Amino acid sequence: MPRIFAYIAHKGGVADDSAAELAAVAKKIDAAATLTAVVMGWGAELDSVCNAVRGSYAEVWKIANESLVYPNAELVRKALVKVLPAGGVVLVTHEHFGIDLAPGLSIKLKAAFVSDVLEIEGVEDAQLKVVRQEFGGQVSAHVRCDISSGAVVTIRPGAFKPLESTPVSGSVNDKSADVGVLTASRRYLQTMVAESGDVDITKHNVLVSIGRGIQEKDNVAIAQELADAMGGALSCSRPVVDAKWLDKSRQVGSSGKTVKPKVYLACGISGAFQHLVGIKGNPFIVAINKNPKAPIFQVADVGIVDDLLEFLPELTNKIREMHGVSAK
Amino acid sequence: MEILVCARRVPDTSENEITLNSAGNDIERDELVYSVNEPDNYAVEEALQIAARIGGNVTVVTVGGEDDEEILRREMAMGANHGVLITDEAFSGSDGLGIATILKAFVEKGNYDLILTGVQAEDGGAQVGGMLAAMLDYPFASLVNSIEVLEGRKLKISREIAGGDKEMNEIDLPCVLSIQTGINEPRYVGMRGIRAVASVPIPTYGASELAVDPRSVGGAAARVKRVDYFLPALGKGAEMLEGSREEVIDRLVGLVAAKGGLK
Ligand SMILES: Cc1cc2nc3c(=O)[nH]c(=O)nc-3n(C[C@H](O)[C@H](O)[C@H](O)COP(=O)(O)OP(=O)(O)OC[C@H]3O[C@@H](n4cnc5c(N)ncnc54)[C@H](O)[C@@H]3O)c2cc1C
Ligand SMILES: Nc1ncnc2c1ncn2[C@@H]1O[C@H](COP(=O)(O)O)[C@@H](O)[C@H]1O
Repeated sequence: MPRIFAYIAHKGGVADDSAAELAAVAKKIDAAATLTAVVMGWGAELDSVCNAVRGSYAEVWKIANESLVYPNAELVRKALVKVLPAGGVVLVTHEHFGIDLAPGLSIKLKAAFVSDVLEIEGVEDAQLKVVRQEFGGQVSAHVRCDISSGAVVTIRPGAFKPLESTPVSGSVNDKSADVGVLTASRRYLQTMVAESGDVDITKHNVLVSIGRGIQEKDNVAIAQELADAMGGALSCSRPVVDAKWLDKSRQVGSSGKTVKPKVYLACGISGAFQHLVGIKGNPFIVAINKNPKAPIFQVADVGIVDDLLEFLPELTNKIREMHGVSAK
Repeated sequence: MEILVCARRVPDTSENEITLNSAGNDIERDELVYSVNEPDNYAVEEALQIAARIGGNVTVVTVGGEDDEEILRREMAMGANHGVLITDEAFSGSDGLGIATILKAFVEKGNYDLILTGVQAEDGGAQVGGMLAAMLDYPFASLVNSIEVLEGRKLKISREIAGGDKEMNEIDLPCVLSIQTGINEPRYVGMRGIRAVASVPIPTYGASELAVDPRSVGGAAARVKRVDYFLPALGKGAEMLEGSREEVIDRLVGLVAAKGGLK
């Protein structure tokens, strides 16, 4: 079996939650593997990250380099290519940084590449057997990846139960000297924090959330009326923001807000993973969708197969009636 | 500026319900509605806007089959100057690496300052752009949601990171960028626009024109292979409310009220 490495994302001296998930993935690939965590960055916070992952990784490679103060994927790739041996399996979390780093890394390591993996089914004859999703999660696929000359594999965050950290503590190996000077043709400038909008959807207990199924801008009012009747707020999926029907501050998901309501009404939302990861705190999820096979029905508590353009106004009227407001 | 946009024709998930075929090993491909992969269309719009601002040409390229010509015409109707179809028996079954290998050979025949891809294809792995960049030794940025052309063959770009925050970068040309949806508002293309470009010849390239070794691409060379499609076993699954709309609404209101969902 090839050696398995995990690239550890971290911020402010804290390892990303996915660090223990990648360790679990590595154990699924090879239960007997000696796991190596690669921790790159600069400054004292690097040591706290190295320390924190010693519980899940037998070996921790520390790479301190001043140019890695901010994780610029081009610099990180160059550093990894210098330290990683040929033929290893490299695990990276599938989020904005992994998407930036991993495909190019696989080219430079001459390794195979498979992305956004949600299940590992084992290794057979140097074929890593994994499960992925396609078409926004409407279907899954069994995929085989030839790892005989190594592989870079990105892992969907949250898909694997984190490996419980053991008292056995890994050793920290300082590999900084192997890296040397790094230069990049892409330079990080600054991070611009998302603007907050008129309504803070993260603070609401009831969210009426609309997706592409709302079909046009004029229909947004239907959902707003329901949200008003329920005493909640209006949120949405990404296509609604892309179409400029609602402000970005209303978007739920990996590139939007993380919300923790008590009740979440998903109206005309298919249930793609990037949307679902933004819904936390185990709310009561109601899905209204005209497609009975929409993936949202797998995660919802209650499902209704109907046309939302007809269903929502009737629901609004019913709630208004209950509140003693005469229906329009 | 010479801009190349890589685009693909895919089953449109906003128009189709993607389901399994009766054999249960592939998606049902009869009567699928195809269109341009969503972010690729934003990439073409962005290229057109850059060319309109500072001058230049936009070429749209796809690796595929004859049917895929339709998206090239669509993007030409939007305003792209050229469409190029790369097609060869030897290319079928290529994995992401194979597609990137073919595109690299095409890029090297031209003289592009900027290469755009979409972030991810509906049935892809968000990989082709980053692979292509690494093969060309060009800088790369993914999830790009704004582009500003600076003096001195540089761009200022933003990348979309967690929570809707933006990571600002400066990047040297030539480079490869993967474009995220929402970066602009793609212009509308009517039937008339498509008719206007219906007879413009579209050049095609195969393995020999591109000097691609057929053994380095296609199904046989693919290190990553999809074995089959399947529908995962349902989780707990939702309780489906059935009956007349009135009955459903009555039940729903009761359930939601019990969860504190009605003020
Ligand atoms: C890097 C990256 C980050 C992303 N970040 C996010 C994010 O933060 N948030 C997010 O939401 N997405 C995000 N996405 C996009 C995500 O992958 C999906 O494309 C998106 O969530 C789909 O939105 P949707 O469900 O509204 O649209 P679709 O998937 O098109 O679904 C529309 C649904 O509406 C139903 N419908 C249509 N008409 C009706 C009707 N009349 N009545 C009832 N139902 C109807 C359809 O059956 C369908 O299920 C991201 C993607 C990428 C690549
Ligand atoms: N066959 C292809 N022809 C042209 N461009 C492609 C092809 N496949 C992928 N791409 C480009 O690469 C992007 C990412 O695709 P993928 O890596 O398959 O998810 C797409 O949005 C396209 O811009």
